[in-house]
Amino acid sequence: MRLTREEESMLSGDEGPAVRRAMQIVVTLGRVYEAERLLPVSSVQVAGVSYRNLGDAGLSFVRDWAAEGARVRVPTTLNPAGMDLQDWERMGISPAFAAKQHEVVQAYAAMGIETTCTCTPYYVGNVPTLGAHLAWSESSAVCYANAVLGARTNREGGPSALASAICGRTADYGLHRDDARRATHRVLVRCPVRAPHEFAALGYEIGRRVVDGVPWFSGIDLPPADGPSNEATSDRLKLLGAALASSGAVALYHVEGVTPEARQDTSLCPPDASVIIIDSLAPAIAALNGPDTEIDLVVLGCPHASLSELRAVADVLHGQRLRSALWVTTSRAVRDRALEHGDVQRIEAAGGQVVADGCVIVAPMRELGYHTLATNSAKMACYALPHAGLRVRFGSTEQCLTAALAGQWPDA
Amino acid sequence: MNMQTGRVIVPGKAAGLALVSDRPIGFLGGVDPDTGIITEPGHPLEGQCIAGRVLVFPTGKGSTVGSYTLYRLAMAGLAPAAIINARSEPIVAVGALLGNIPMLDRVDLTTLVSGARVSIDGECIRYE
Repeated sequence: MRLTREEESMLSGDEGPAVRRAMQIVVTLGRVYEAERLLPVSSVQVAGVSYRNLGDAGLSFVRDWAAEGARVRVPTTLNPAGMDLQDWERMGISPAFAAKQHEVVQAYAAMGIETTCTCTPYYVGNVPTLGAHLAWSESSAVCYANAVLGARTNREGGPSALASAICGRTADYGLHRDDARRATHRVLVRCPVRAPHEFAALGYEIGRRVVDGVPWFSGIDLPPADGPSNEATSDRLKLLGAALASSGAVALYHVEGVTPEARQDTSLCPPDASVIIIDSLAPAIAALNGPDTEIDLVVLGCPHASLSELRAVADVLHGQRLRSALWVTTSRAVRDRALEHGDVQRIEAAGGQVVADGCVIVAPMRELGYHTLATNSAKMACYALPHAGLRVRFGSTEQCLTAALAGQWPDA
Repeated sequence: MNMQTGRVIVPGKAAGLALVSDRPIGFLGGVDPDTGIITEPGHPLEGQCIAGRVLVFPTGKGSTVGSYTLYRLAMAGLAPAAIINARSEPIVAVGALLGNIPMLDRVDLTTLVSGARVSIDGECIRYE
């Protein structure tokens, strides 16, 4: 691997032990993947934030590194925490967990990281440009950045993303290179895919089939994706990517006529790509659904809700009263904006909670007494049982809200 | 005495008794960071302690914050003496680096057996 003079100097410790350690991590990964050089990154998104995942081992490491002088040199945000950092008591989180969770966030803050805890940093100002090199770690955000924004990031681990934030570099391999961005599969979609949960179901089905490949979708009728400002397209692609990244390990996909690289260059889907035909989403929807009819908790906002998704929930719930618990998870900044518009108030007046900063998948759910969950997210449906011990119903946003109002899954 | 060469991921010298798994190891949730004992139910090494052993397994798996588990084991003096993988991935590579645990990959694991004395020096592995 060839390093620049500045990189050599960082690796040899001229900028202190914290930078040396960060360079060692990035260079070691470069060696594993046979990269020839490092690349500057323009932003970083760090996983390993929930105390439930990070544990004391991670917490002490992050603290030690900060004490060694580690400071981030590019804009860096955090993944969701295990709770709403302000309103955790209402979620039923124990004071002991909350104290540890706050220690984690403070340890990251000591490195100069913005303590925005979200899986959708692109809704709150971290919007990378086409071709920008990043080190992001949350799998759905990685998929969004690569596919919807045309930026370039591998699926970083928490430690490697943090190292990139501290030295401002990542190794040049994988999705940073043109070759890896070519499609491996052509997916011919021959049934209507319109509602958000249908995009999630499609992603679930294709993720299982292509594993870590790069699918190219043909036959999806959406306006072009130009980033998060077009929320109808963006929200659907967010759910598609989150599902692709959780039933499989997809980090990049293309949608013909919609995503930026696919619009620029149709030769990204080579003639020898394997063909997958989708005639119906019913098998995928059935596979995501368990038999439970009583619903304890409805979760929307996986990945974190946009302002328009919050608005849509508020419009349905307006003036009604919920029988099940409802959490709509989002970032603090989006919650604050929805508060100004009165949408948070309408959801909470019905008995729901707009949870900022947090995520069910990484929260200490086993302590909270819920057993069944309904969601419109295939990612949540995949992870709820193994990560949170919750049995799942999966369906449309409307079905989920009907379940929240009735306490029962609607087709029961 | 057998000899092989691998690819150096974390350079160093080490010696110890091999502890061999034919299945991947996930460090977060799969290894107790306070004892070094493998706790994953049904894992071939469940109940075994990795401290001071030359830990041989195909590759890592699971959460990337598993790297910090290796670091914590190293801080507590419970790290493996060395790690040998068939194929390196970022969780174990970064964990070995943070814990200063010598590590090699691209090694043929089939002739390594648990309990054999193994020594590592740079890219070179010698074993019984």
